Amino acid sequence: MPPPVRRITLEREPYVAPPRAAGATAQAPANGRLRAVRAPSTQVRQRMAIEGVWLAYGENWVVRDVSLPVRQGEVLALIGASGSGKTTLLRSLNRLTEVTAGAARSGRVSLDGEEIHELEVNALRRRVSMVFQQPNPFPMSIYDNVAYALVESPRHGGRRRRRTPELELAVADALRRAGLYDEVASDLERSALRLSGGQQQRLCIARALAAEPEVLLLDEPCSALDPISTATIEKLIVELRETVAIVIVTHNLQQAFRVADHVAFMHLGELVEYGSSEQVFDRPSQQRTRDYVSGAFG
Amino acid sequence: MASERSAAAVIPPISHPRRSSVGSWPLIDRTGFVLCWLTGIGLCLIAGGIVLYMLLKGVAYLRLSEFVQSPSPSLHQTQSGGFSDPILGTLLVTAIGIAIAAPVGVALAAWLSEYSRPAWLARAVESGLEMIAGVPSVVLAIFGLLVFSEGFLGFLSTKAFNGTVTGQSFVTAGVVMSVLALPLIVASTREALAQLPDRLREASYALGKTRATTTRRVLLPAIRPSIASGVVLGMGRIIGDTAIITLILGATLKNESADGTPLLGALRGTGSTLTSYVFNNSPAGEGNSHEKAYAAAFVLLMIVLALNALVTRLTNGRRARSADRGWRARTRALVAWTR
Repeated sequence: MPPPVRRITLEREPYVAPPRAAGATAQAPANGRLRAVRAPSTQVRQRMAIEGVWLAYGENWVVRDVSLPVRQGEVLALIGASGSGKTTLLRSLNRLTEVTAGAARSGRVSLDGEEIHELEVNALRRRVSMVFQQPNPFPMSIYDNVAYALVESPRHGGRRRRRTPELELAVADALRRAGLYDEVASDLERSALRLSGGQQQRLCIARALAAEPEVLLLDEPCSALDPISTATIEKLIVELRETVAIVIVTHNLQQAFRVADHVAFMHLGELVEYGSSEQVFDRPSQQRTRDYVSGAFG
Repeated sequence: MASERSAAAVIPPISHPRRSSVGSWPLIDRTGFVLCWLTGIGLCLIAGGIVLYMLLKGVAYLRLSEFVQSPSPSLHQTQSGGFSDPILGTLLVTAIGIAIAAPVGVALAAWLSEYSRPAWLARAVESGLEMIAGVPSVVLAIFGLLVFSEGFLGFLSTKAFNGTVTGQSFVTAGVVMSVLALPLIVASTREALAQLPDRLREASYALGKTRATTTRRVLLPAIRPSIASGVVLGMGRIIGDTAIITLILGATLKNESADGTPLLGALRGTGSTLTSYVFNNSPAGEGNSHEKAYAAAFVLLMIVLALNALVTRLTNGRRARSADRGWRARTRALVAWTR
């Protein structure tokens, strides 16, 4: 008797995006995407300026002549296909590209008018903090993960003790801002590695927030997470923009549409289009942007 | 439903693939195959033989009193005392050696793995470590004797009656022993640091932490089990060494204080360890109390086996689970082990 053959049947028709109606508005986009309703931030001011930046790894120029503003009170999303240089650009904002041997930069990046290459690198990274694609909590307790950002830092007076009343308040506050406090408050001494992926990522955000950065860089923070955790973190990002300037790199166009105020579309190292998210998604001026946001490539 | 399924389940007989039989192999492969088997079995026999023989001999001659009595000079085995001094000596030399080798080794490994600048110095340090790892311990011993018998280092060791510095003491033996244990600790720490993912380092840099802070507060705590297993391996190396003890500790019958003061004098004084005690009392040595030698050798073997088991436990707990989660599992293994 021959073994049974397993057949794979298609239960659904493949998804075909409906044609976009002309003149769609942001409130009711014709393609069915829903935007979180929120009031525009009242205090928008520029924090970082990227001016004519070129970035190279060895001989390869991976970012070519990009100029962008980073404003507090706004979320800036960098979108683009793989290899478009968006993560490299993001990493250059707190000089994390320097960890890689052979990285070079030309052009100017400034934070509050000061060229970041002139700033002490660790001072800069305390002001411009970063959250990575993969949740990367340290192998220690939840409390220690957040407290680590503060101990021995100037904000904490350079003190080495992990258990001071101020520090405990600061840790709780950071966890609260990251929306994690209620879930972990019962046992802050638990290992951070026992948290779920979404909780770990929020812990990483709490850790980054604990040092009270001025700019928060998020490198595809939800790509390793489930939809529920993603929704929690997106809500958090929108809340945080009031106090921190946020730059988020994402592959997920819907996510960019949901969280960003301004969107920069990069392709093969070049900035193709920059504008408000309504403009980039609904009335892209460039053909390549139109192709990308409509799913023709990417 | 169930009946329907069982009625339909006419499973054809399971067919087994024909196994390759050794008989069909070329002669050279067959010979090699047999030799592999024989060497494997032979090794097991030797290992089992050592443990069994030492167990029988050791248990027959081991008395509890031997753990508390000092050795005494007698040609008669019933009056030659126990080996409390050698046990104490083993502990003391190991403690001094590890107290030096562990911090130095971890620091060296951290520098090699995280900084290694300038490159020429890193290369020099690496070859230096390789050289030390390959030096026979008797060469280290005679070099140590050469160094520590210099007059200005006389405060570390015993002086002979005419005032010449012998260079022999627990401190000097411990220092030379630390050189012996150093490569093992550096190797295991370095390997573990190399295995840590870079995203752990980046996470810390992104918070504005320096390389040094990252190493001290994140990386080294994360690899504690590996450091521990390196330390235990180093301990085994120190405990098992005889040449350095004979030359630099003096391998005297009893632990003798240099100037009669209890602690500092003992550290500067000479003594013996289990290895030198076994050597001296073995049928090949001068003591001629082979019963004591067997008993002491058994104790030594048990200590080393216990350390080996400890290493296996540390590294296995790590390896078994690192297959799925990497350094997370290592931390968990550490937590589980300390409980």
